[in-house]
Amino acid sequence: MSPNGNGTLLEASHITKTFGGLVAVNDVSFTVPRGAIVSIIGPNGAGKTTFFNTLTGLYKPTTGQVSFDGRNITGKPPHEITHAGIARTFQNIKLFKTMTALENVQVGMQPRLKAGVVASIVHWPTQRREERMTIEKGRELLEFVGLKRPYDLSSNLPYGDQRRLEIARALASDPQLLLLDEPTAGMNPQESEQLRGLMETLRTERGISVLLIEHDMRVVMNVSDHITVLDYGEKIAEGKPEEVRTDKRVIEAYLGSQA
Amino acid sequence: MSGAKSGSAALRSGLGNVRDVLPRWAWILIFLGLAIAFPYVVPDLLSGGAGDDLLDASVNTLGYVIMALGLNIVVGFAGLLDLGYVAFYAFGAFVVGWLGSGQFEDVHLDFLTSVQSSLPGFHVNFVVIVIVAAAFTGIWGVILGAPTLRLRGDYLAIVTLAFGEIVPRVFENWEFVSNGRQGITPIDRVYFPGVGELNYPIELSGIYYVGLAMVLITLFVNIRLRDSRLGRAWIAVREDEVAAAAMGVNLVRTKLWAYAVGAAFGGFAGAFLGAYRNTVNVDQFEFGFSVFILCMIIVGGMGNVAGVILGAIALSMLDRFILPQLNDIPDKIGLNFDLTAVNFGIFGFFLLVMMVLRPEGFIPSTRRRLELHSGEVDDAAADRSAEAAPGEPLYEARH
Repeated sequence: MSPNGNGTLLEASHITKTFGGLVAVNDVSFTVPRGAIVSIIGPNGAGKTTFFNTLTGLYKPTTGQVSFDGRNITGKPPHEITHAGIARTFQNIKLFKTMTALENVQVGMQPRLKAGVVASIVHWPTQRREERMTIEKGRELLEFVGLKRPYDLSSNLPYGDQRRLEIARALASDPQLLLLDEPTAGMNPQESEQLRGLMETLRTERGISVLLIEHDMRVVMNVSDHITVLDYGEKIAEGKPEEVRTDKRVIEAYLGSQA
Repeated sequence: MSGAKSGSAALRSGLGNVRDVLPRWAWILIFLGLAIAFPYVVPDLLSGGAGDDLLDASVNTLGYVIMALGLNIVVGFAGLLDLGYVAFYAFGAFVVGWLGSGQFEDVHLDFLTSVQSSLPGFHVNFVVIVIVAAAFTGIWGVILGAPTLRLRGDYLAIVTLAFGEIVPRVFENWEFVSNGRQGITPIDRVYFPGVGELNYPIELSGIYYVGLAMVLITLFVNIRLRDSRLGRAWIAVREDEVAAAAMGVNLVRTKLWAYAVGAAFGGFAGAFLGAYRNTVNVDQFEFGFSVFILCMIIVGGMGNVAGVILGAIALSMLDRFILPQLNDIPDKIGLNFDLTAVNFGIFGFFLLVMMVLRPEGFIPSTRRRLELHSGEVDDAAADRSAEAAPGEPLYEARH
């Protein structure tokens, strides 16, 4: 399925991020079309996660600009970027460990809630309605990603479920773009396949675009409309899966040069 | 160590069983009834002056409970280690000093009080004073909290400790507002139109009920906030700041609200204790007091409202009633010191014992318990899920 042509959702132009003398991301330009599933691949240490972090505001890009949905979001704090419609998961799972699965998802709804401090103290009717809504919507999202026990503590969930919970928590902010950082790490092939289905569903049923960092090539090649390859912080190739698969520089980056 | 652990596990399930005997509202009514009956029943059971001492200690304890609940928002919910909480006690106490005494001689203003308007100074009704004190202190919570927003852990503790030292020193040296080392005294007695002036320190039940009402207000606000959007944001920030920010939690606003609400309760209680003790004096605002309140939270169970109240009552009563009552014991066995003189040594010992036997406090929050005994709780949860869903395959064990 190709991007359906109604424009660019995310555009990162000439992003560079340095840490002291280390250039982690070097002049990478990149777009996510609306309704697309786009992947970033590359060997370990290629700068994929750093690139993610500059998109979501955890790092400020040293140079370059990020615009989302026509707005410049370069260097904005993370919560504003989430508010604008980008949600993410983390490579090393970062759930709120002592909260239940449902509470984790409720925190994810933060940018969409309005209840103020006074309303929360007096239990204003609008606040009560909002709280009920968070519980209903939270349960629905947990079900959507395949979690059946909303009141289990998140740290007691098995690994694959924790990954799924991270996705539910990210979806709670009603994003237009979902950034998944190695979502299938630690999953068995069957679970990976389920996750691939989930991504397709997100796009077709909820109109959410997906930006994916992934090492599982079967998932990447099957699900992506477009793939960008990073190596040593630089973009070395991009294109459709079949183009990238046969690209010489990509093969070199992964397998080493044959010369 | 394992013996202590299993012992506390048994105690925990015991507590859980007791709690399940009655519904929640019944427990609330029971504790409320006990608190209301307390000044009429318990002091009469004690002989001599001990009854009055107990009631005096109880009134002080009510103030400490409010402060412990306030500090619990900052430390227990939001995870911001604050070692300068005494600053907010000072702000609240000075507000009652300013608005309820003859401190400002050039002013003659009274509002709903028993004081004649011809007397110098502000004389404002106590209800107004506590509201002003809470608001004023809350604002100072934000002012002192703002520079610390980027700090965590030890660094945050040191900066807040410094603020806790600076504020009393400023008051000490700014005689116009504090009357220097002499302090502000006397403070107007608490007065309610229709009821009249409360007759403490002779008759303490009136002021006891004022304190009890203030505790209930604090408790109500505390619980409502804990279970709200803001409360979830506090815990999320405590657990993982990066993840919280990425989920759309505004870190600055969330932390500042914790400081503001926590400080406001410090001021709320400060105004109450200032009025009750009839004097506001910089000697009351020492570093040890910040630690004292923090200990109440740690001993009681950080993050758990019931635990914090119990911790506050235990330490406050130990300090204000039990130690003074046993004061002459060392003397009787031939040692030449007072028990109250070594109170901090006794607290330290008590804290040490707690940290070894029950580091999570009397009544820990589920969250806190999880951090300190993750193994046990994992097992318990596994048992529970096994019971809950017999038809489903069990999850594989996680290590």
